[in-house]
Amino acid sequence: MAAIEMKNIVKQYGDGFPAVNDVSIDVEDGEFLILVGPSGCGKSTLLRMIVGLEDITDGDMVIGGKKVNDLAPRDRNLSMVFQNYALYPHLTVYENIAFPLRLANKPDSEVDEKVREASKTLELDEHLERKPGNLSGGQRQRVAMGRAIVRDAEAFLFDEPLSNLDAKLRGQMRTEISRLQKRLGITTVYVTHDQTEAMTLGDRVAVLKRGVLQQHATPRELYENPANLFVAGFIGSPPMNFLPAKVDGTKVELPFGTLTIPEDKAAKAQGKGLLIAGIRPDHFEDASVMDADKVSDEATFNATVDVVEWLGNEAYAYIPFEAPPEVREQLTQLEKDLDGESMRTQLVISLDGASRIKEGDEATIWVDARKLHLFDPSTGENLTMDADNAGIVPGAEALAKAEEVGKEQDAVDPHAATT
Amino acid sequence: MAQQTGKTQVGTWIGFVLIMLWCLFPVAWIISLSFKSEGETGAGSAQFLPKEPTFDNYKAIIDNPDFTRALINSFGISLIATVLSVIFATLAAYAIARLEFTGKRLVLSLALAIAMFPVVALVGPLFDMWTTFGLFNTWPGLIIPYMSFTLPLAIWTLSAFFREIPWEMEQAAQVDGATSWQAFRKVIVPLAAPGVFTAAILTFFFAWNEFVLAISLTSTTSSRTVPAQMSFFVGPDPFNPPYAQLATASVIVTLPVIVIVLLFQRKIVAGLTSGAVKG
Repeated sequence: MAAIEMKNIVKQYGDGFPAVNDVSIDVEDGEFLILVGPSGCGKSTLLRMIVGLEDITDGDMVIGGKKVNDLAPRDRNLSMVFQNYALYPHLTVYENIAFPLRLANKPDSEVDEKVREASKTLELDEHLERKPGNLSGGQRQRVAMGRAIVRDAEAFLFDEPLSNLDAKLRGQMRTEISRLQKRLGITTVYVTHDQTEAMTLGDRVAVLKRGVLQQHATPRELYENPANLFVAGFIGSPPMNFLPAKVDGTKVELPFGTLTIPEDKAAKAQGKGLLIAGIRPDHFEDASVMDADKVSDEATFNATVDVVEWLGNEAYAYIPFEAPPEVREQLTQLEKDLDGESMRTQLVISLDGASRIKEGDEATIWVDARKLHLFDPSTGENLTMDADNAGIVPGAEALAKAEEVGKEQDAVDPHAATT
Repeated sequence: MAQQTGKTQVGTWIGFVLIMLWCLFPVAWIISLSFKSEGETGAGSAQFLPKEPTFDNYKAIIDNPDFTRALINSFGISLIATVLSVIFATLAAYAIARLEFTGKRLVLSLALAIAMFPVVALVGPLFDMWTTFGLFNTWPGLIIPYMSFTLPLAIWTLSAFFREIPWEMEQAAQVDGATSWQAFRKVIVPLAAPGVFTAAILTFFFAWNEFVLAISLTSTTSSRTVPAQMSFFVGPDPFNPPYAQLATASVIVTLPVIVIVLLFQRKIVAGLTSGAVKG
């Protein structure tokens, strides 16, 4: 087991495509780190540089206090689970799991003991003599994990291991991986584009955009204190709402009405003109289902609900609004960066399941104004971020740099969509 | 298949029998001929089954030292040519499938051009060269041209197989602690086994059946192969070749080919890679 330190890692492909740009991330011994971002953000490339399948253009990769830039994958003693599992189809499950031990010329008795142990952990006992071709997706996934845990590797690396499974199995395997990692206490780096996996699995999460690190923090810090528009929009489901806002004193003017925000937040946003306000869907509520003493006029507004999706425990309400062109442009770009389609500007609100609001109703909605964030529309920077609780933020320029890199990438390859 | 109607089943069987007759009748004729006595074939009788089946032809041919020597030559030359050709082709095909290097297309087109070259056109130059180099009438004298004619096909076949094998297999092996060579030998080659066996069979058949070079580049039984040796079975009367003897030799020559196909057929299991990756 070992800590992994990435120091100013750069990856530039032969054709000049800048895949990873000056990324520095420390993974502590035993930590579960998630690399997350939309497709093409360089997260897989970064993982492959850790394991040694991809050359490092610049920077230092230090594993367990040793610089490994020039070491072959076999000399780094890491184990990896590939997206498509990469099992050896000509070998039985037993031999697949035993493969790393056989390569290390371990005696048969030791091989047998370790394979049995791994197969017991992963409940593969009855499949040991079968070939991978006869296994289901989830079983293959477990064999791939067996092959990873069977030897005493310095760290585990996962490259989108669950993306080929169906939704139910994915949930089960997610908890399984989490449990396994906690039990073995081994340093783990896990690549995913799924923000749910990122939030649930990681001790810390590194969010990447176009090969530039945006924020490296715990899931809670990312959720409560996103460094910029990109992180705010990426983390959380349904995503954070972005609205045009004007700040005057402690009053914030939104398309629906005016809210009062705490003074310290307001102070950071003075004199900046038109801003983008970010409010998470859960920070709204139907005023009629709340205790009367919590609801004040300053924190409520009336709006006509367009669509309601009732899920039982909660309901999502959609309220369309008009955004001025300068804000809309930024939001359209953001939507593109997040692999989404640019849709109409609308507010998504998560309501209590008890709410009786129906489609077309004029409803009174309460907003938790303390949780509101204000973003600078030109840089995307979060002006109201609580820097002490936001983990590592590479700097306000991270988002702008990603934009720049994006242009360079497009110049090299306009259809770049590698993960 | 279970839903097949009686009519289509009958049709399938009729077609099947017709094709079998078309393919196997000449073979059956040769086998029947090999059991006829010399007198019977010489009399010009055209009946299918031999009147008095006899093993004399087989006894005679096995006692013929020229023929047994030719068999040994055939086996030796074909096997060595096959093994070398498959080894070289595997390495070359792997490089072509995996590496990016300048002149890759040139190598492939050249290989194809060689395969298209008519063998007969090379007989003269090769004869001259081999007599100069002292390779005339030796095993290497046949093995080298056989390899050069079978390598292109083997390389093309194998590189197609290698391209089908996902890169991740090899990367997984390297992460698991394998050297490039171990990854190649323990993962890539077993996965490409159907391709390797296909290439081996094609190469072996070419070398086993080849006649033009075998007759032109040899002069004694020390390196003459069976197809060439058979052309020396003339018998006492030039107008009356020993058909029964020739048929017997043909049967004996065909047997190893059938055995090899049956052996390798079990190895050529389609879809061996299924289950390697999600699919």
